[in-house]
Amino acid sequence: MLATSTSTAPPRARGALGEYFANIGRAIATTFEGLVVTSSWLFRRPRTVQYPDRVEQPVQESLPDAYRGVLEVDMDACNGCMLCAKTCPIDCIVIDIVKNPETKGRDFTRFDIDIGKCMFCGLCSEVCKTGAIRHTTSFEASAARPEDLVLHFVGRPMPVPKHKATEAPERKPQGSILAQVIPPLGERRPWPGKGRSR
Amino acid sequence: MNLLRDLADRFARWAFTVDPGTWPHTWLVHLGAMVVVAVLVLTFVALFAGPLSWLERRIAGRIQARVGPNRVGPQGAAQWLADGLKCFLKEDLIPDAADGPLFRMGPYLVFVGTFGAFLVLPFGAHVVAAQLDVGLLYVFAITSLVVVGLLMSGWGSNSKWALFGGVRSAAQLVSYEVPAAVALMTVMLQAGTLSTQAIVGAQGGLPWQWFLLKNPFLFAAFFLYFTAAIAEGNRTPFDLPEAESELVSGYNTEYSGMRFLFFFFAEWANLWTMSAIATLAFLGGWQLPGVTPAEIAASTGLAFAGWQLLSFVVFAVKASALVFLVVQLRWTLPRLRVDQLMIVCWKYLVPLAFACVAGVLVLLPLVAEGGLVDLAFRAVLSLLVLTLLSHYVRRIRQNYLVDREAYARMAGRPLFFPPYRLP
Repeated sequence: MLATSTSTAPPRARGALGEYFANIGRAIATTFEGLVVTSSWLFRRPRTVQYPDRVEQPVQESLPDAYRGVLEVDMDACNGCMLCAKTCPIDCIVIDIVKNPETKGRDFTRFDIDIGKCMFCGLCSEVCKTGAIRHTTSFEASAARPEDLVLHFVGRPMPVPKHKATEAPERKPQGSILAQVIPPLGERRPWPGKGRSR
Repeated sequence: MNLLRDLADRFARWAFTVDPGTWPHTWLVHLGAMVVVAVLVLTFVALFAGPLSWLERRIAGRIQARVGPNRVGPQGAAQWLADGLKCFLKEDLIPDAADGPLFRMGPYLVFVGTFGAFLVLPFGAHVVAAQLDVGLLYVFAITSLVVVGLLMSGWGSNSKWALFGGVRSAAQLVSYEVPAAVALMTVMLQAGTLSTQAIVGAQGGLPWQWFLLKNPFLFAAFFLYFTAAIAEGNRTPFDLPEAESELVSGYNTEYSGMRFLFFFFAEWANLWTMSAIATLAFLGGWQLPGVTPAEIAASTGLAFAGWQLLSFVVFAVKASALVFLVVQLRWTLPRLRVDQLMIVCWKYLVPLAFACVAGVLVLLPLVAEGGLVDLAFRAVLSLLVLTLLSHYVRRIRQNYLVDREAYARMAGRPLFFPPYRLP
């Protein structure tokens, strides 16, 4: 607002008195210009959107396909190669496979992804040959308790599908599997309250 | 006070069928009147400061291309109630190492200092809590309490940020009181009185009868006072005591709950004080065009009440326009450095204010009221203000039009959006 003698843009020969009045002039002019600019913004449309309930389309739908949101696993496509769990830099994917003595095959007993740990780097989906594990555009995964952030993709033990990577079944629509794993925002488990033990 | 004392007397006669003049306990009636007046003024302050906190955030939002608070009530208008309620329910935290009594008293002194000024502010032709003959002097005296409160809370918090904030605000307020008072001295000299009502009475209802346009020195004094008053109110660009980037939050860093609220209550109440003083001193106060104060005083009954209401509306509109300007300035100008702050005060505002006083003193005996020179001053200054205002509006329009086409092309919808609505 008030330029000192060192910061005047064009070095013009002005006496101390001239500089004094020039400063006053600059202060008035810049304040005037500033008010003009901010006033004009009062008539402009705000740029922000009112997330989450006053948006024209759900934010999730406006995200690009390559968006790295919460992971989902198509258990019909996964062939249990465990590459994703091994490549995960922070070990947020845990897969348990056991031999089934009756069918002589392999059974999934657990396929958990801790999205509380996940850093959404995308290495697991890059390394997956069948395309079973992939990112969705979902990002609204908040939960009241940390343990609710662990997604369980295997309920009761199920056989590992036997097929080659090239013969993977038709891809399901993105996000459809995740929708069964994570309940909608309003239906998630509430905060347990003050009575909980630490 | 005169009006209310009359009313109290009248009420005593009606309710207790006793003449207060002969009654030995007249002071009781007047004490009751005092309490009523205090509550009324406090209600006004609360009803002004609260919604203004919401309005300021909405204006700030629009200036920054945001929306601002919009969830509580229609257009978010009840946000201030929610905020106030929240602050009531918060824990009243006092740091272990704080100086308890000082810490507790600080906010109240700040508030009392600001609230005390409302005593002499006129709201309408005859609506004023106390008609003090030392009106403006009293304002400057009582608002000095704010400095004490800020220093108390800054020191009592036992926190370096709060201390720096308190010390800065003390330095700032003490410095800026000088140009503010000297700038107002021009008005006191011109009107020949310190009483707020008499200063308003010395002006007229029409713009060219205001002190603002009376002569160039009073015109300059208005801007000097306004600048100094913004600084006294700790508002941007002079908000160094609460500079968030340097001092967390300044003197109120350690406060929470109600005490924290009191600082902001005082800050927003002070906005009205400074705008009202600028209005009454320079912008004709509550004067109505075409009606002289004598006519208002002579009217009776409903007409009297009507004039009071109308004059209050006129006063409120003028003061609100200034309040809006202060709010807009806050979101327009960057903060000054500490040394620049002192340079602005002592090198620019103080000498200029004294120059204005000298100018007014010279013009006072030379220029006859209603004479040719007086008319010439008023005409030229009116034209100047008119030109400036039209230039202002034109520049706003220009600024808006520059972006209109590009926005409509890119966003596929018109850029215009009324300032009072949500998207």
